Amino acid sequence: MSAAQKSLSRGGRGAASGAGGLLSERELRRIIDSVLLLAESTDAEEAEVHVDEVEDSLTRFANNAIHQNVAEHGLTVSVRTVVDGRTARATTNRVDEDSLRGAIEASLSLAHSQPKDPRLLPVPGKQRYRKVERFARPTAALTPDDRARAVRRACDLAVKRGQVAAGIFASGESQTAMGNSRGLFATYRETHAEFSITMQEAPAASWAKANAANVRDFDPHELAERASEKAHRATNAQELPPGRYTVILEPSAVLDIVGFLFYDFAATALADKRSCLNDRMGKQVFGKNISIVDDAYHPLQLGAPFDGEGMPRERVLLVDRGVPKNLVYSRASAKLAKKKPTGHGFMLPNEHGEAPVNLVFRGGNTSVEEMIASTERGLLVTRLWYIREVDPYEKVMTGMTRDGLFLVENGRVSSAVRNFRFNQSLLEMLSNVEMLGPAVRASGEEAFEMVVPAMKVREFHFSEVTKF
Amino acid sequence: MPLRDGKIVMWDMAGQALETARVRGAKYADVRVMHLRQRDLTTKNGQVGTLAQSESIGLGIRVLAGGAWGFASTDRLTREGVSACAGRAVAIAKASAIAKRKEVVMAAEEAYVDSWQSPFRKDPFEIPLETQLALLLAADAEMRRVKGVTLTETDLQFRKIDSWFASSIGSRIHQRKMMSGCGIVATSFQGDEIQKRSYPNSFGGQHSLQGYELVESLELLKHAPRVAEEAVALHSAAQCPQKTGTLILGGSQLGLQIHESVGHPIELDRVLGEEANFAGTSFLTLDKLNKLRYGSEIVNVVADARLEHGPGLGSFAYDDEGVPAQCTDIIKGGEFRGYLSNRETAHLVGLARSSGTMRTESWNRLPIIRMTNISLLPGTWRSDDLIADTDDAILMETNRSWSIDDRRYQFQFSTEMGWEIKGGKKARMLKNPSYSGITTEFWNSCDAICDEREWVLWGTPNCGKGQPMQTMGTGHGASPARFRNIRIGAAFSES
Repeated sequence: MSAAQKSLSRGGRGAASGAGGLLSERELRRIIDSVLLLAESTDAEEAEVHVDEVEDSLTRFANNAIHQNVAEHGLTVSVRTVVDGRTARATTNRVDEDSLRGAIEASLSLAHSQPKDPRLLPVPGKQRYRKVERFARPTAALTPDDRARAVRRACDLAVKRGQVAAGIFASGESQTAMGNSRGLFATYRETHAEFSITMQEAPAASWAKANAANVRDFDPHELAERASEKAHRATNAQELPPGRYTVILEPSAVLDIVGFLFYDFAATALADKRSCLNDRMGKQVFGKNISIVDDAYHPLQLGAPFDGEGMPRERVLLVDRGVPKNLVYSRASAKLAKKKPTGHGFMLPNEHGEAPVNLVFRGGNTSVEEMIASTERGLLVTRLWYIREVDPYEKVMTGMTRDGLFLVENGRVSSAVRNFRFNQSLLEMLSNVEMLGPAVRASGEEAFEMVVPAMKVREFHFSEVTKF
Repeated sequence: MPLRDGKIVMWDMAGQALETARVRGAKYADVRVMHLRQRDLTTKNGQVGTLAQSESIGLGIRVLAGGAWGFASTDRLTREGVSACAGRAVAIAKASAIAKRKEVVMAAEEAYVDSWQSPFRKDPFEIPLETQLALLLAADAEMRRVKGVTLTETDLQFRKIDSWFASSIGSRIHQRKMMSGCGIVATSFQGDEIQKRSYPNSFGGQHSLQGYELVESLELLKHAPRVAEEAVALHSAAQCPQKTGTLILGGSQLGLQIHESVGHPIELDRVLGEEANFAGTSFLTLDKLNKLRYGSEIVNVVADARLEHGPGLGSFAYDDEGVPAQCTDIIKGGEFRGYLSNRETAHLVGLARSSGTMRTESWNRLPIIRMTNISLLPGTWRSDDLIADTDDAILMETNRSWSIDDRRYQFQFSTEMGWEIKGGKKARMLKNPSYSGITTEFWNSCDAICDEREWVLWGTPNCGKGQPMQTMGTGHGASPARFRNIRIGAAFSES
């Protein structure tokens, strides 16, 4: 038995057999050490290993019943080798020695096939990471029966009100660990829980969603109640002409549209001249009430305190009172720009560089109710849908409103409105923000979770109306 | 159970999972053991970008127990791991029964024992990497030769998927699919504008159920200079006007139009509300079957998963529920004729049998109703004649953005480039073209479709659906076509 085999056999996978449980940190380290040991007997000059493991479950319901109910366990080992100024990656989900050796060989074979890259950096050495605690036992302990009972309660509410419920209740745990031949080792694990519900009262529908590390941080039934009440209000929608309207965007609507802005803050995107911030850094691009940071340590954020290269994530002030101030950097883009890496790099090799992934907007203190009360005529938007980029430099986005669009008149919600298509520049939108709500952890479908406020925005551009 | 023992081990695992499910109380079960291999190569500005290879192997089992569904998947391919996974699926199904409203009814299906492999001439995993990278770097260099180009990108993607399907009705089906994709993109940033051109299509290029012969057939080097020149030329092109008028769509854009405004609305799970919380529902309610005039009389759309339709991303021998590939009329002579169904939903539209559209991304995902190859059948026009026959129109090519509402009525697309058609001739280039409309109004305005000489089975590799999200490849055959009275330019309009 080779040293690597011994190491692997000690690691085993017994702790994770059956329906639950992730490998221990020690077991993860053993897999990484085994790969690094195997790589030592090849011509790889450096090696880097990522191990990712998920244990996820998702209960899906529609027509007031569970129709899909799934669970998965998955573990991947991803190896990057470096040889003579060349690098490549190979990934496998098998942890026997032959398979790990095969991944190393595949990575080396890919690496050898390419020209030398003079800009390739050596793998980083040991790093220090801030501790984050994002593993909640109540989430890890959730069973299929627990989820089914919560779903049943939401569906019973729908039946009682003559509505039809659809949605998901998901929970799971995941972990990632990485190590390299220069002694770097990083590990992170978290739990995640999510409840999303659409209540349909023909022909209308409304929606509510929450996502957190701890399942106790939201109440599925409260979300069901909220969606149900809004769906009822959304019936009898009237058609309004397209045009420019004052809008009150609930946090999910804000999240899903501003989510398309953030790759523009990657230093690589600017170097490639595909960012809307080319020639705009340091200028008053947004309103003075817009400030944005990327902060992996914010209490409402999830995610690892290190990036795909193993660098510690740093808090970065992206926008200060409407002025784009800083970008995020991988090690390579930092070197090119003579800056320090900020811990936002993707796993190498890749052509995209980096991106901020823990966005936090500075909020205000105006509630959605106060925004409504302050509005003579406008629209209250629950969420936005199918958002795509129309103009990458002016950052014009198109998409639809969905699941609850309401007319606000004289400080009150007066009626439901048929859904609109919008074509709206994000730069303009974030210059037209009149009021901000408290920043909350918002969840949508177009962008990853962020900490954003509700916003009251003037002159939001709706170009067409649909049939419902 | 070592992988190196091949097929026999796969069938052993599948059989063991089925037996465990039966013993634990499942009335029906199906198992997919899958082995997926993928290679991705990209370049950017003359440098290698991504260079990666991956493989994944695992088992997923779907069971019907207590009158409800459960699914579990695992990569622990030991005897204990497979049994635990099957037992878990049954326990999950029993939990599903806590919120059950009706019994599951499945359409009858034969048991099949078969093995099938998609045809390919050159195994891309056997072509030297140096050859593949050299091609990409040469195409990249050709684009960078053009002054004004600020970003060049190329990509190759290859996938080989083996699946071993077994079900409790006795089916044992092995399928191997080989898929290839490639494309190039030139981007130009100038003034306050970013313009780009892609070949042969945007978002990764063309993708199909072929080997490396696809890459060779696309002649990337030949097209690279043109693509780069067009990206730069777009800066000085006129802005696409805002008007209501005649639109001619190139084949790849029409392929995406079919995907969004026909392919998704005909998915019976959407129609029945099963996707209401995420992907949305459909305007094609059951009362519209055989009654709705979907398009003009020349519009004929099929869902065809058979290989004779072409090497599409939606081609296979059997779906992931063990139902043979079929061709279904979707729109015939403009009338709405059919949905995409599975064994559970077929009876709801009066079918005795599933139309064979259950597909899964991987071993760890539940099969769901998916597009196969949803294609607009060729018409009778030659493209030269179509242009000559058009007095005033805008021709739009290569998708740039796409969006449609959650019931699939109202859409808006923009493309990378447009051409003004005046007096039967291609006139000036237009930038930032876009068009929008309502699905059935759009298809009813179609008055000319080009013939089979320009019909291409386009591949859409990135269709997202389901929770947990699954990405699937779909095929869309299309040739250029003409549409009247279309709203043009709305994406850049100001009210």
